[in-house]
Amino acid sequence: MMKTYDIVIIGGGPAGLAAAVSARKSGIESILILERDKELGGILNQCIHNGFGLHTFKEELTGPEYAARFIRQAEDLKIEYKLHTMVMDISPDKVVTAMNREEGMFAIQAKAVILCMGCRERPRGALNIPGYRPAGIYSAGTAQRLVNREGFLPGREVVILGSGDIGLIMARRMTFEGAKVKVVAELMPYSGGLKRNIVQCLNDYDIPLKLSHTVVDIRGRERLTGVTIAAVDEKGKPIPGTEEDYDCDTLLLSCGLIPENELSRGAGVEMNPVTSGPVVNESLETSIEGVFACGNVLHVHDLVDFVSEEAAAAGRNAAAYVTGARKEAEGKIVRLNPTSGVRYTVPAFIRPDQMDDKLTVRFRVGGVYKNCSIGVYFGEEQVLRRKRPVVAPGEMEEIRLEKAKLLQYPDLDTITIKIEEA
Amino acid sequence: MEKRELICIGCPLGCMVTVTMENGAVTAVEGNTCKRGDDYARKEVTNPTRIVTSTVMVQGGSDVTVAVKTRSDVPKDKIFDCVKALKGITVKAPVHIGDVIVADVAGTGVDIVATSEVK
Repeated sequence: MMKTYDIVIIGGGPAGLAAAVSARKSGIESILILERDKELGGILNQCIHNGFGLHTFKEELTGPEYAARFIRQAEDLKIEYKLHTMVMDISPDKVVTAMNREEGMFAIQAKAVILCMGCRERPRGALNIPGYRPAGIYSAGTAQRLVNREGFLPGREVVILGSGDIGLIMARRMTFEGAKVKVVAELMPYSGGLKRNIVQCLNDYDIPLKLSHTVVDIRGRERLTGVTIAAVDEKGKPIPGTEEDYDCDTLLLSCGLIPENELSRGAGVEMNPVTSGPVVNESLETSIEGVFACGNVLHVHDLVDFVSEEAAAAGRNAAAYVTGARKEAEGKIVRLNPTSGVRYTVPAFIRPDQMDDKLTVRFRVGGVYKNCSIGVYFGEEQVLRRKRPVVAPGEMEEIRLEKAKLLQYPDLDTITIKIEEA
Repeated sequence: MEKRELICIGCPLGCMVTVTMENGAVTAVEGNTCKRGDDYARKEVTNPTRIVTSTVMVQGGSDVTVAVKTRSDVPKDKIFDCVKALKGITVKAPVHIGDVIVADVAGTGVDIVATSEVK
C-alpha cells in the first residue's frame, strides 16, 4: 500500500514552511514536507544579514531568525517533515517519488502537491565568459555558504560580476572577513539589486560599482590570478580599448537566479518562458489540477516577506482543493496581458468565480522607467492608474484586483497591465 | 559650510540628496522628493548607524559557525571595531537565538547576540 497524504510540500524553505503552516491552519491534518537539506529553513539559514521580516513581523530580522519563526510555527502545529530527502519525480496523478538513507526509494500518493523548490544561481557555464577555468570562481551564494556556514573565506582579493543582491551582500561580508573587494561589474546600465544594498554594502565600504561593464578575460591556470573588465555598448558588446586588468584570486558571480523546475517539467506542468516558473491561475494552481506553486520556484522574489505571503495563499488554496470547499469552476477565464514594459504577471490568468475578494498580482518590469504610471485596463477601459516615481527590474511590483469589480464586467476576457508615461 | 551627497534608500527611486551643514548642524536638505528622504539624510549625516551581522565559530555543535548580530544598531564608524572584536571568538554548543556572545561590543554599549540555533 502506498502511503498517502492530503498535501505533500516539495521543499522546506520559506515557501514550503509558510504553505504548510497556512494549510494546517485551514484545517488539513495530513501534511508532509520533503526537504533535501539537513534542516528546514532553506537558503535563509545562510542569509545572516538583516532586513528580513519588515512586512511579516514588523521588525527587522536576519535570515536564520526569520526562518526560525516559521520553523517554530511548523513544529508547534506538529507538521510532519522528512529531512535529507530528495524528491526524484512527481507524476501527473500526484505520486511523489523520493529517496533518503533510511527508507531508500519510496512513493507517496498526494491529494495535492505544493511546489516550493526555490531557485538556483545562474552558473558560469551559462554566462559565456572567455578565459581559463581555474579554481577561485564561485557563485555568490556558494561563497555565502562557505563563509557563513562552513567558516571558510574563499579568497582575499575579490572581483564580483553582476550586481544581484547576493553579490552585493557578499561584497560587504567578505570585506568584514578581511578580503579586499576591488570592483563590482554589472553588464546592464542599472543594478539588479536593491538600492539599500548598493548603499549599505558597496558605498559604505567605498567598493566601486561599474555599470555597463563585464568580465572579458579570466587569467590563471590552477588558481585565478586576475580578470579583465571592459565597458560594453548598449547591445552588451565589449568596447575595444576600455579593458582594465584586476589582479584577484576570487571571482564571484551574481548574475541572476533561475527557478528550479526540473520536477515541475517532469510532471508536465506548463511553464512560462519569461519567469522560468509554472503558469498559474488565481489560486496559484498550475496546469495540473491540485498542483500548486509558490515562492522562488514560481518567480524570483526580492523579499522573503512576499514569498511567505504568496505561500500562505497557496497553502490555503491547496487546503480548499483537498477538503472540497472549492466550488466547481464555471469555466470563465480572464487572461492577464503584460505589455509595454511589464514582462510577466503572476498569476497568468484569473477565474473570477474562484478568486478571493482581493487578489495580489505581482510582476516585474523590463527596464528602468522614471515618472511613469502603472495602468490597468479591463478590456479597453482603464480601471487603475498608479503613479510611480520610478520602477526598475530589480524591484518587484504589485497591484491588487477586487473580485467585486471584476464581477461588474461579465464580458471581460483580458486585463492589460502596462507602464505608461505619467 | 559643508555639503554632502547621499543616495536615499527610502525607496527604489534612490534620490541624490545634497545636505548642507554648518558647524555640524543641518541647514538644508535638497534633491529629495519626499519627507522620508529628508529624515534619512538628516540621520545619515548627523548619526549614521547600522546593524552589524557576522558569524563566530562553534565547538562541539551540529554546525561549525553560528550567525550573530549587534542587538541594535551601532554607529557606522564602529562597524569594523565590532567585526574585529569577533575575530578568534569560539563558543561552545549549544547556542540559542538571543544568547549573548559578546557583551558591550567595542564599547558601544550594544551586545552581540546569536541569530541562529546550533545544537
